[in-house]
Amino acid sequence: MDLENQNRVKTMTEKYGAENIIVLLGAAEAEAAGLAAETVTNGDPTYAGSLAGVQLGLRVYHAVDQEFKEAVDPAVYDEQIGMMEMVLDVDSIIAEMTSIREQFCKF
Amino acid sequence: MSYAVVKGTGYVLVHTPDMIYHNGTTQTTEKLTNPDSEYLKKLPEHIRPYEKTVNYAPNQVYIGNITPENLRQYEMPWYDKDVAEANRFGKYGEIMPQDEFIALLKISDAFDLVKLDKNFTASVKSKISNHPLFKEDAAKLKEGEELEEIEKYVKEQHAEGLYQDGKLIGCVKRAHDIDPNLNAHVLFENLVVKASGLLAFKHLVDKNNIDVAAIDYVIECSEEACGDMNQRGGGNFAKAIAEAAGAVNATGSDTRGFCAAPTHALIQAASLVQAGTYENVVVVAGGATAKLGMNGKDHVKKGMPILEDVLGGFAVLVSKNDGINPILRTDLVGRHTVGTGSSPQAVITSLVTMPLDKGGLKITDIDKYSVEMQNPDITKPAGAGDVPEANYKMIAALGVKRNELERSQLAEFGEKHGMPGWAPTQGHIPSGVPYLGFAKEDLTTGTINRAMIVGKGSLFLGRMTNLFDGVSIVMERNTGKTETAGAGISEEAVKNMIAEAMRDFASHLLKA
Repeated sequence: MDLENQNRVKTMTEKYGAENIIVLLGAAEAEAAGLAAETVTNGDPTYAGSLAGVQLGLRVYHAVDQEFKEAVDPAVYDEQIGMMEMVLDVDSIIAEMTSIREQFCKF
Repeated sequence: MSYAVVKGTGYVLVHTPDMIYHNGTTQTTEKLTNPDSEYLKKLPEHIRPYEKTVNYAPNQVYIGNITPENLRQYEMPWYDKDVAEANRFGKYGEIMPQDEFIALLKISDAFDLVKLDKNFTASVKSKISNHPLFKEDAAKLKEGEELEEIEKYVKEQHAEGLYQDGKLIGCVKRAHDIDPNLNAHVLFENLVVKASGLLAFKHLVDKNNIDVAAIDYVIECSEEACGDMNQRGGGNFAKAIAEAAGAVNATGSDTRGFCAAPTHALIQAASLVQAGTYENVVVVAGGATAKLGMNGKDHVKKGMPILEDVLGGFAVLVSKNDGINPILRTDLVGRHTVGTGSSPQAVITSLVTMPLDKGGLKITDIDKYSVEMQNPDITKPAGAGDVPEANYKMIAALGVKRNELERSQLAEFGEKHGMPGWAPTQGHIPSGVPYLGFAKEDLTTGTINRAMIVGKGSLFLGRMTNLFDGVSIVMERNTGKTETAGAGISEEAVKNMIAEAMRDFASHLLKA
């Protein structure tokens, strides 16, 4: 995950509390989504950014995760994400995200 | 008013093995933050020799020796296969070796900032004397300097070293003691843009029988900025390149928009020509040393050669309608506006279907989409996927949403309406424009009738806005009918219309 984004996630979590934060991802590949999700839960696996060794355990979802899809207006979802849902490998992204949440999410 | 046409193109690559290590930001950052890294140690073993770069299929496509369709016949990965009949020169340009390009930096230098070693100068002078486009410029190389002199500039005066085969053979001096915009690093990058842009420009003129004196205006659209501390991006690469290319009757300006700039420039050029402001406008861009070896860490990790070992450049001549070459439909232009939004769906809608709707066209009415034509041999091992393929999937998915395509046709859309990517990951270089050369042929002697050129840019990298950007334009086979400006309505017709309006006005006065 981009170093600046790691800083932003860390600062916001300190300000608002980890229980009040949800991170929403839009990465195009399962591997990239998994890396970002791991960064905001178990810490930066590349040890490059401010979240290296910091286990925030935040709730993290991808835009194609069912939990997120069910939480928003279906018309808006279709307008904003419907096309990408057809393009992305949704199953592998969901599998990756679920696995990260099960291992590291604290909420 | 008659549409402008794409009259000719020039495409060049420059093999820059030493610049990967010395000037690519992935490597220079690593040298600063982790000087003893394994990556830097392994890097030299992963640099391709010049011949391998020439024999590389995507590079042969870039200079026009293989068509994009034929590239599909080469099984991926491409880097471990040589093209049998590869050639340094192609119908659009060439793949220049580094030593000759360093000579070209010297030839492009108007301020005596480039210093080259005597022995190196002697060796490249004979090569430049034999180059079909730079024969007459060999004298500009002069005799060269003593190596000690160059070492002194590098060690004591912050000059940027120029290397060949790992050895210091020259430098670019700083042009000011304290101005950061005139330091040696910035001047080096700017001279690289100028020299590689010049190379593309010269090939454009040479390959298309163009009278260089007939060029009225030049738009440069790379991603560097030239100026001093009082005007960091003052410009003007365009005029500097025009001067170096001998375009004595041209002026010009620089257009910036990250990777989208070439398509912005193409639309501007088409509009300037269509409006009759200028007859011949050249859009040109040079390459970026900063992006050399950008994904090098992944390539080395996977035991591959560093594939980002070339600079890219291109030049396109946009001229008034000749009834032959493909027209640029300035009425079918797509724009990502401030209000568009950033979801991929909103982006593709604004760039692809918005211009189509203006012309009453369907997604399948465009025979070829030229999107970000990044070479997937480079991007896939780096985890960035196949960029053109992803774009084609998005366009097809939008087609499904618009009921213009069946869902079952999603997979085949890219094969029919797309192309495999072949351009180096030089930011603006792969963005829409690499296809213009082939498009000119496909839309004249070829079998297709309509293509769309799409350019996208990541504006947020400059930290002035979070926005993304993009523009697109439809290119179409010429019907052969040309109109002269103003011919749509005669003087007599105008007089009649005015007379009619006055009669109408007078009748209202009478009624009142």
